[in-house]
Amino acid sequence: MAHQTQLRNAGATALQIVASWALPIGIVVEWEIASRSGVISTRLLPAPSAVAAAFWENLRNGTLLTHAAISTERALKGLAIGGGIGFILGVLAGISRPAETVFDSSMQMLRNVPHLAMIPLVILWFGIGEEAKIFLVAVGTAFPIYLNTFHGIRTVDVRLIEMARVYGLGPLALFWRVILPGALPSILVGLRFSLGIMWLTLIVAETISASSGIGYMTMNAREFLQTDIVVLGIIVYALLGKLADALTRLIETRALAWHPAYQPAATREAVP
Amino acid sequence: MRDAASALRLHEGAVFQETDTAPHDATTLREVVPRKQEARTANGKAVQLNGLSKSFGNRRVLSKLDLAIPAGQLLAIVGRSGCGKSTLLRLIAGLDQPSAGTISIGDARVQSLQSNVRLLFQDARLLPWHRVLGNVGIARANGWRESAMAALADVGLADRANDWPAVLSGGQSQRVALARALVSRPGVLLLDEPFGALDALTRMEMHRLLERIWREHGFTTVLITHDVAEAVALADRVIVIRDGAIALDIPVDLPRPRREAADTSAVALQARILEEV
Repeated sequence: MAHQTQLRNAGATALQIVASWALPIGIVVEWEIASRSGVISTRLLPAPSAVAAAFWENLRNGTLLTHAAISTERALKGLAIGGGIGFILGVLAGISRPAETVFDSSMQMLRNVPHLAMIPLVILWFGIGEEAKIFLVAVGTAFPIYLNTFHGIRTVDVRLIEMARVYGLGPLALFWRVILPGALPSILVGLRFSLGIMWLTLIVAETISASSGIGYMTMNAREFLQTDIVVLGIIVYALLGKLADALTRLIETRALAWHPAYQPAATREAVP
Repeated sequence: MRDAASALRLHEGAVFQETDTAPHDATTLREVVPRKQEARTANGKAVQLNGLSKSFGNRRVLSKLDLAIPAGQLLAIVGRSGCGKSTLLRLIAGLDQPSAGTISIGDARVQSLQSNVRLLFQDARLLPWHRVLGNVGIARANGWRESAMAALADVGLADRANDWPAVLSGGQSQRVALARALVSRPGVLLLDEPFGALDALTRMEMHRLLERIWREHGFTTVLITHDVAEAVALADRVIVIRDGAIALDIPVDLPRPRREAADTSAVALQARILEEV
């Protein structure tokens, strides 16, 4: 009886997997047929097989990895600077009312400026070097982390803070053992938002001015009508984005292991 | 004198543990008591309140309260909700400052939070991101693992040390909270209706556990409750607070260990207290 249910469950999961992949695979197949039969001009959109061939070719001669590495480095540098500033300001504003008065209204105002609108100014300031791209990424990623850190700290259960004071925790211990862990779920949400903005900003910045990176690779390919490389660049961005998201999920499951939502179903059901 | 009396009590306690153990706590009660007997140092601190008043804005919650709690006494404070009993507890804990009057614990005046006073809240308030052991040793004092483990064994939860608080039941959470309060061997333990949210059976278990631990450790205990039966079952003395003042101060001179509403004198006491609430 139980075995049958198990089998049925496994069958349902397999069916779910097939169903969720049916649409994208179907589209790719249609696309390939349309390209081969000439319905879609390969000058506008290359066949999937051509993209795959370009992927293999660029992977083998190393250009893809070089460009991807440079793009990733810029993205992470920008995130470290912007996210770090956002985190520190968020913590300050979260734990101290005077700091909130000083920072918060300014941050809320700046947050509403689309940071890509600053591109002309950034080019004037930094030229078209590395600094410009890293600066733009930093500006874009600072705000989600600031907001979510601030919000996370403000929503830590005050009863837990009171308890910690009764049990003799000093300010530092209170921060590390109560406030920061309590705010962490919210901070990680901010990080995921920031990762999305990070790639978006980098794509735009690299498309405008760069001599390396995935954005440069695609813009360069456009000039030579190498549509397969352009599509490949888009796919690489998607993969990098997905990879970053998977990494945060991993961090979440490790750092929030205490959270009922991240515990395996078996232990959760054991609660009376 | 106090020591002799408590030693006698403790002896009775040991007999009780062997002959009359509750089915739920049977193993834990038996294994812990003998070890604790010699470790016990009667470290209860006397609590003295003089002319204590507290107002929030124009609302006077406590007015000129005088109360002396001898070291090691288990005092229950009974009153309707909003009578000021929780405020009184927060003042003794040093969480709030009185509007007038003084509080002394032992020989020292209470100005702020005290390291030898521990407070048990109505909700367990465990940190969900620390495991049970980490919650018990929350102050991370030297050798906290050992003392936290000993305290957990004391409340019968040694086997749950590595669990997350999220998987504990309400009664278990309160037992962990009790262990957390015991780690630092407090002179005064304050309990703010800690059993109010538990079911009747778990509550009776918790009463037995608290009574046993109080007899072993000898700390002064102030228990706030709205349950008169609970007050009579546990306390040496019951006071009733009404309109911010003490309306009744009555000793509960029943032999220990007690069983809930077991005899007529307990019932008579309950009726007497209920009249005043």
